[in-house]
Amino acid sequence: MSAVAGDLSARIFGLLAAVPDPEIPVISLVELGIVREVRDGAPPVVVITPTYTGCPAGVAIGAAVRAALDADGLREVVVKTELSPAWTTDWISGAGREKLRAYGIAPPETARERLAGRDMAPATCPQCGSAATAEISRFGSTPCKALWRCLDCAEPFDRFKCI
Amino acid sequence: MQNDLALCLGDDALILGHRLSEWCGHAPTLEVDLALTNIGLDLLGQAQFFLAAAADGASEWRDADALAYRRTEDEFRNCLLAEQPNGDFARTIARQFLFSAWQEPVLRELAGGADQALAAIAAKSGKEVAYHASFAAGWVIRLGDGTAESHRRMAEGLDWCWRFTDELFEDERAGLRAEWDARVDGVLAQAGLARPKPVRGIGGGRHGRHSEHLGHLLAEMQYLPRAYPDAVW
Repeated sequence: MSAVAGDLSARIFGLLAAVPDPEIPVISLVELGIVREVRDGAPPVVVITPTYTGCPAGVAIGAAVRAALDADGLREVVVKTELSPAWTTDWISGAGREKLRAYGIAPPETARERLAGRDMAPATCPQCGSAATAEISRFGSTPCKALWRCLDCAEPFDRFKCI
Repeated sequence: MQNDLALCLGDDALILGHRLSEWCGHAPTLEVDLALTNIGLDLLGQAQFFLAAAADGASEWRDADALAYRRTEDEFRNCLLAEQPNGDFARTIARQFLFSAWQEPVLRELAGGADQALAAIAAKSGKEVAYHASFAAGWVIRLGDGTAESHRRMAEGLDWCWRFTDELFEDERAGLRAEWDARVDGVLAQAGLARPKPVRGIGGGRHGRHSEHLGHLLAEMQYLPRAYPDAVW
């Protein structure tokens, strides 16, 4: 990759790092891992990938990426959606996980925790830190989350599904 | 319509996704309502990608919307199981369990196949379907191993759906039967449910011969785009 292309890539990732996810506004599209790469070329291409195939936020995310590029004078840059490799929660950044927890969403387990089977264990309550929690429903308010509750502080909370 | 496999899988997902959407606001509990509609949403997403792959870009079947909204029932290629009415909650769970347990290995094979575009959709969808299958299996066990009433209804739901399962293993899918049988038997054993008695299977969906239920489903699903062609909002 040329130095100029590297600059453009850094500029675009910088721009999109300030664009919040429409459903979970504490985390950016870059932290969520759905902005995959910037491909040099004429025109340059920004590759994004959906979290879930049917996620209704997909259209809003594409529009938000487009708007951010346009606002920075990058009208010629093309936004492309690609499915492969399939998005995984392993791509959510460490900072992103902390933001989810602070927002009240139990973050998905990391790849290492997942390999150790930790994603099958009870979630840690994002409110009080208790490990005494129980699943209420495998499906929650958005495709990417399940509904849990804490048996200690009695608060319900969302758990990011580990995929 | 260039790709028959993409069309079959897209139609399965579209039609079953629509059936699940009919539960919205009607499920036994709010959590189940969320679950069924979330599964429906995943299937609708999968349908969009598979039907886009099946569309040819030029003819009257130019894109996924044209395929979903402008075909008549004899042009749909979904399996008969997908279009069956919801019945009670147990029958819906039976349908989902039998279908997802089939869809999961189908997508796994496709994800390793030569067609890169379909492999990408299959790999993506497979992650979602694994979740559907485990959700449905969990409910088969809860209902089967629950009260006498829930057990009776779960057994009836399975009986109803059973006649449509042979169709899933027609032609090149025959090789998946042993794996599906083992999985289904394992869950039924945990649920304390007997395997339904063998029945003569009903097929035809892959060739456009559908049950009377599909036309009613399409009448609702296609009403708006047929009444207002190319409407946008």
